[in-house]
Amino acid sequence: MEALYIFMLAAFTGYEVIARVPVILHTPLMSGSNFVHGVVLVGAMVVLGHADPEDPLQLAIGFIAVVLGAANAAGGYVVTERMLAMFTKKN
Amino acid sequence: MTAKLLVDASYFVVAVLFILGLKAMASPVTARKGIVWAGIGMVVATLVTFFTPGMQNFGLIILAIVIGGVAAWWSGKVVKMTDMPQMVAIYNGMGGGAAAAIAALEFARGGVHGVVFTTLATLGALIGAVSFSGSCVAFAKLQGLMNKAWRLPAQNAVNIVLALVTVLVGVGIVVSGDPTPTQIITFFVLSLVLGVIITLPIGGADMPVVISLFNAFTGLAVGFEGYVLGIPALIIAGIVVGAAVRC
Repeated sequence: MEALYIFMLAAFTGYEVIARVPVILHTPLMSGSNFVHGVVLVGAMVVLGHADPEDPLQLAIGFIAVVLGAANAAGGYVVTERMLAMFTKKN
Repeated sequence: MTAKLLVDASYFVVAVLFILGLKAMASPVTARKGIVWAGIGMVVATLVTFFTPGMQNFGLIILAIVIGGVAAWWSGKVVKMTDMPQMVAIYNGMGGGAAAAIAALEFARGGVHGVVFTTLATLGALIGAVSFSGSCVAFAKLQGLMNKAWRLPAQNAVNIVLALVTVLVGVGIVVSGDPTPTQIITFFVLSLVLGVIITLPIGGADMPVVISLFNAFTGLAVGFEGYVLGIPALIIAGIVVGAAVRC
């Protein structure tokens, strides 16, 4: 039941955080939020960490999950950082 | 016990850093600080996860992080500024794929019990898989690998029927409680096809809206799988992003 409150409060937070954002920041902010959900890497690490070491199928799925999660986090960071760097120079 | 407390306390700090980081990114003055805060949060989250009690397969985990992290870091560094949107699309798709793979592994382990857990795991898998395959199509279109807008005859009817069938198979998984491998595989194949089919007819000019939508999809998928795994930091990060969509 507590999770329901977390869902609700997080949804309001997300909505409020991006309210009244200047148009020029829309793309970097989307890229930044893309980076933040890269935290899926943590979930992927946990499931691979609890996969049966004797079961190649489980290990393979978990391995793919961690590769994809790490790519989301690393790629999301680099791209956002480059966008924002360009942005600050212009101003 | 202490390790568990350390991990949980760190995840709490990470959730705060993510929200503060996103908030800072919403203003031109603080935007660069924002991504750095969120970045610190991500590094802390990743490191501390190694101390989760009962973890094994550390070699594979590190190898996978290095492969995915280095490949994405490098591709993000060398890409031209004008090609940024498709990179955001593909990284986002990978996040969705990761969420779907988490669900797949939980089903393969037989680790999902109860209607609420199964429903959210299945829903996260569907949304994540659609975001994955849809984002791949969006990437291909923006990258110029796929120039034609493909439109099936009776596209809308096909979309609706395919979506309904996929949801029905998903309901079957939830109702059965202990799904067979055939059910799981059918469900993932249908979800992936659905992502492709709904993205194919969309032209390049409308892609930013699609990417923004899939970004929110991945966020929701991450949030749902976070609930299944019992990690509130994933729920918070995922749902905040899922609700932060502006088309």
